[in-house]
Amino acid sequence: MNPALTDLGEYLSTAAGTKFGRIEPCEDALTIWVERDTLLPALSFLRDNQNCLFKQLMDITVVDYPARPERFEVVYSLLSLKHNIRARVKLTCDEDTPIPSATAVFNAANWAEREVWDLFGVFFSDHPDLRRILTDYGFEGHPLRKDFPLTGYVEVRYDEERKRVVYEPVNLVQEFRTFDFVSPWEGMLHLPGDEKAGDAANGDGNKSDG
Amino acid sequence: MAELQIKPLTLNFGPQHPAAHGVLRLVMELDGEIIERADPHIGLLHRGTEKLIEYKTYLQAVPYFDRLDYVSPMNQEHAFALGVERLLGIEVPERAQYIRVMFSEISRLLNHILNITTFALDVGAMTPILWGFEDRERMMEFYERASGARLHAAYFRPGGVHQDIPAGLLKDIATFCKDYRKSLDDMDNLLTENRIFRQRTVDIGVVSADDAMNWGFSGPMLRGSGVPWDLRKAQPYDVYDRMEFSIPVGKNGDCFDRYLVRLEEMRQSLSIIEQCVERMPEGPVMTENKKVSPPKRGEMKRSMEALIHHFKLYTEGYRVPPGETYAAVEAPKGEFAVFLVSDGGNRPYRCKIRAPGFAHLAAMDFCCKGHMLADSVAILGSMDIVFGEVDR
Repeated sequence: MNPALTDLGEYLSTAAGTKFGRIEPCEDALTIWVERDTLLPALSFLRDNQNCLFKQLMDITVVDYPARPERFEVVYSLLSLKHNIRARVKLTCDEDTPIPSATAVFNAANWAEREVWDLFGVFFSDHPDLRRILTDYGFEGHPLRKDFPLTGYVEVRYDEERKRVVYEPVNLVQEFRTFDFVSPWEGMLHLPGDEKAGDAANGDGNKSDG
Repeated sequence: MAELQIKPLTLNFGPQHPAAHGVLRLVMELDGEIIERADPHIGLLHRGTEKLIEYKTYLQAVPYFDRLDYVSPMNQEHAFALGVERLLGIEVPERAQYIRVMFSEISRLLNHILNITTFALDVGAMTPILWGFEDRERMMEFYERASGARLHAAYFRPGGVHQDIPAGLLKDIATFCKDYRKSLDDMDNLLTENRIFRQRTVDIGVVSADDAMNWGFSGPMLRGSGVPWDLRKAQPYDVYDRMEFSIPVGKNGDCFDRYLVRLEEMRQSLSIIEQCVERMPEGPVMTENKKVSPPKRGEMKRSMEALIHHFKLYTEGYRVPPGETYAAVEAPKGEFAVFLVSDGGNRPYRCKIRAPGFAHLAAMDFCCKGHMLADSVAILGSMDIVFGEVDR
């Protein structure tokens, strides 16, 4: 592990007051948890403080965990050219509550937030121009959510009679197949038809724990 | 005389335009010939790569990376391979690392030839593209000899490279490097002192170092503004720490400096390729870890276990321990990174692709404001945009 990361982690947890939540140095970056209302002060602090100087926001992304109460984990990837370290600022949010926009701190946040809004439906308050960016004009839904099907809902084709592009519900010739590749040697905890045997049952039959 | 109010003209540029470098639709508001606002509409090439990768095993995800920035495919596979390797905690054999570095630099040459020549074409120079593509074709032959494909190589796999390079390839690459220096000088002579090229690029689209950082620029866009930052030096991966090369930096941050940076980078790439050819060690090109690497073809003909192993590896794939990583490489266009989240299964839980072109294009409005309409083409050309990676 990079010693600079641990040092910076210790510095942040003591010097920066209550802006930051949990701080975990991982292998390649410093993970910093923040709350919704401390996000902007935290980002400004990380950008301007002499020990941090994270002047570049490389990316904003989201990881979707539908089972959690606050399903989205928003990740801001920061890079400090001066100190040659990376940081990941993280916060959780749900579908309805907006997050303050970071466009005032980093210009790069503008499109990154538009992308997050488009693909995940995480709303950013005070964003100057929160339009869809990657999907089609008039697209509905947020395609990178885990509950959005891979095949989507509508398909598009050029209609010769009407002389224009038309949208129709997706028509699958064959049911969409997701293969469960779990190896029967590794994953199968119980033999089929042998459910009653053994009380150490973990519940879900032939699913793996992976 | 009463003052006349002139309504700004809204101009739609693209999505099909030779200077749009793909499918960019740029909606511009013009005051006469001066751009007041430029609003890029992207996503016309959106294929949902990130979503598709969530439904594929780690090995099946590799070819998607070729199709992002289709003029420098191997660099992107590199980022993905590094990310998966970091999560798996496996070491890559030395020969594979040298091959990867060598082909990364060949990809950089491919990319920069395309960028410089098409950029020159956009601002009125026809000859460089006709000259440059001949050499580009020769390098694609090296791609083909190593991987079997000219463009979509799928050559860098987690754990190493797919197969060893054929006999004689290194010698040919060395010959090519010697020849190519001459062609590079020719291109340099054609463009650098060219009066028209300079008039079209000098002091156009100036970006200061602070602005470049604020907009999340990377690669030649950042170095053109005078920030000496290169991931190959700052956070070296594979054997870049053993290579000797320097990082060219621009002074003014205009389109011309970005061109000069790219031109010098090509010379440095040639030197890195030569160093790789010279020092190429012998040995395996794929990790010995059998959880990740497939059995040898010959073994499969004789051994039942090897056959089962092969079948399992190519259907189920391998499991990657839970964790997350941000693997970045210095792709020709800038920092290309993969943010990979694994839940312990055989498919990535989330694979976010950080494309350098996306951040660069986001600054299009900022760069174009106040410039003439024709300059927008020069700015776009110097940004090195490829829509495969911007739209993903």
